Amino acid sequence: MQLFKLKCDDFLEYDESNGTYHMPAEQQVRDEAEKTHWKEVGFTLLKDWRLYLMLVPMLLVYLLWRYMPMTELLSAFKDQYTPGAAGDSSLYDWYGLTNFDALFFGAQSSLFWSAFRNTFVIAFYGLLFGFPFPIILALFFNEVKSNITRSILQVCVYLPKFMSTVIITTLAIVLFRGPLDPAVSDDGIGILSQLMLAIFPSDELYSAATGSSGGLVMSNSYFRALYQISGIWEHGGYDSIVFFAAVIAVSPTSYEAAQIDGAGKMQQMRYVVLPSILSTVVIMLIMKVGTLLSVGYEKVYLMTSTTNYEAGRIVATLSNEWATQGNTSMGIAAEMTNNLIGMILVIGANAIARKATDVSLY
Amino acid sequence: MKRKMEISELIFKIISYVFLIVFAVMCIYPFIYAISSSFSITSAVDGGDVVLWPVGFQTQAYRYIFTNNTFWISYANTLFMAFVGTLWCMIYTMMGAYALSKKRLMGRRALNFFLVFTMWFSAGIVPQLLNYQRTGDILASILAPGTTHSQAEYDQKWLIILAMGMNAQNVILLRNAFEGVPAEIEEAARIDGATEMQVLFKVYIPMSKATIATVALFFGISRWNGYFWAMRMMQNQEYSWPVQVYIRDFIDAHSGLIQTPEDGATWAEIIPNDYDINQVSAMSVVYAMVICAVIPILCIYPFIQKYFAKGVNMGGVKE
Repeated sequence: MQLFKLKCDDFLEYDESNGTYHMPAEQQVRDEAEKTHWKEVGFTLLKDWRLYLMLVPMLLVYLLWRYMPMTELLSAFKDQYTPGAAGDSSLYDWYGLTNFDALFFGAQSSLFWSAFRNTFVIAFYGLLFGFPFPIILALFFNEVKSNITRSILQVCVYLPKFMSTVIITTLAIVLFRGPLDPAVSDDGIGILSQLMLAIFPSDELYSAATGSSGGLVMSNSYFRALYQISGIWEHGGYDSIVFFAAVIAVSPTSYEAAQIDGAGKMQQMRYVVLPSILSTVVIMLIMKVGTLLSVGYEKVYLMTSTTNYEAGRIVATLSNEWATQGNTSMGIAAEMTNNLIGMILVIGANAIARKATDVSLY
Repeated sequence: MKRKMEISELIFKIISYVFLIVFAVMCIYPFIYAISSSFSITSAVDGGDVVLWPVGFQTQAYRYIFTNNTFWISYANTLFMAFVGTLWCMIYTMMGAYALSKKRLMGRRALNFFLVFTMWFSAGIVPQLLNYQRTGDILASILAPGTTHSQAEYDQKWLIILAMGMNAQNVILLRNAFEGVPAEIEEAARIDGATEMQVLFKVYIPMSKATIATVALFFGISRWNGYFWAMRMMQNQEYSWPVQVYIRDFIDAHSGLIQTPEDGATWAEIIPNDYDINQVSAMSVVYAMVICAVIPILCIYPFIQKYFAKGVNMGGVKE
């Protein structure tokens, strides 16, 4: 008995009066609290059933069309799986990492790595040129003190954002289109190709603009540049809204103080404006870095053709191409690799931003 | 106290004006060019002579479009899909965002993560396509028993309306707006015996009109502009194409602008007899189609652009 008492001493209490052990009071209280806690959980769930019911349609949509596709990722580890007649992917044998081996080192590797490089280059240039542009635009808008003038200018520069990808790519293609009959003359090249040739006359530009590829957009050498220019044209104005809001939030007294201290325009930018818009810039940069590898495939798809595949084929369109040729597993494997790296980039960018500036997105 | 403007400030101001005006002109020029080209004659359009004003004048491009039934069917399809699709997205997004805006909701963090994760990782085009086909089959068996998605009898519109256009960013935007509604007003409504749905529709929605308009416009624009999935899912169902798919198909097939493996009949072969090929080129028709597809957006644009500007500033993703 004594031995037992010693063993149990640390969690059971020995009652001297009747020689029994019982649980200490705190433990009982804790158990009680636990019980009421779970009761409360159940109660809250029951009480809020209407709220959960309201969530159901949205969760169902996301489950069906955002999470269900992820089950298809398993096909990346299976033998060449073709949807349709044969049906279910579960019928195919496990293939292990063979698809990935072919993708990274084997037969498909040159195509895959060139597409991956294209994706990265397009995204990186998009960040390099597309990110600072709206900030500069916002700083410029801040100089326009007349509200009417500024509104007119803003209405103009936001407009392209509302146009569909089909319209934007169509306009880009026709404005830079090639000659009617490349074999005969350079008649009929797009109006902006003419303009570019007038501003930067060079043999290289001339041969690309008048070549048989069907214009500058459709040529390998100028596809990337025009993709970025049309991207800035499309998003630049609209993306400046958020930076403009941050810039006009800077109080006029800060400028005055800086001016009295004799700061020139550049110094005002450096010491007054930049610190106050920094957090907005960081948030937007995280968002941009996060989408680094999810290049808008719709636009790339619409801007590429047989003549500019080398520069314009990204992982998403390559994967789509493989799938239409019947090699679905390989396509899925390629895009999965791309999207996983993309996800790591988002999480990484967010972590770095949190460490560096106390601003984070998620 | 009026201070003399420093020389560096003056230079910066001049640069600002010049840059902004040039960029603004660049932003609207393509549309002016498209309008002018749609009225110009073949030799001017194909020869690249149009700069600002129409060269020559013809209206046959518009006559061709206005008598082209397929174009208007696709136009009606787009309107229908944009309208019903936006309505559907708004209904579930508003209800979901309302529930998520309640701090007392259990599992709120997990549910938020469930949505936000879709912004980080997407399965990709091919898995989504396979999934759309599978769910399309299920939908077909419900809506039109005995058919599957790939059969022409079944219309893919409903799948596109139900399955597409979802956007976690919009949910977060609405959730943040709902969180900003003062709790006291909701309390007052509850004391008067309002149910959850009544609180949402009578208190929250009227109090966040601006955000709701913004989100509805985001959904609407993305619906109106959608191309890829409609193209991919409706490959042999011309009668249910949206207008974007129709325009691109016309360009691919008849304009000779883009070199595709399967070029269709040339413009000279398909132009009806009562049109003059020296007057109207395929490109003029393309420009006219572009203008027709853009007009609805141009009409509402002046009224909606302020909402968009508002929406962006509210759209900070915070947790």
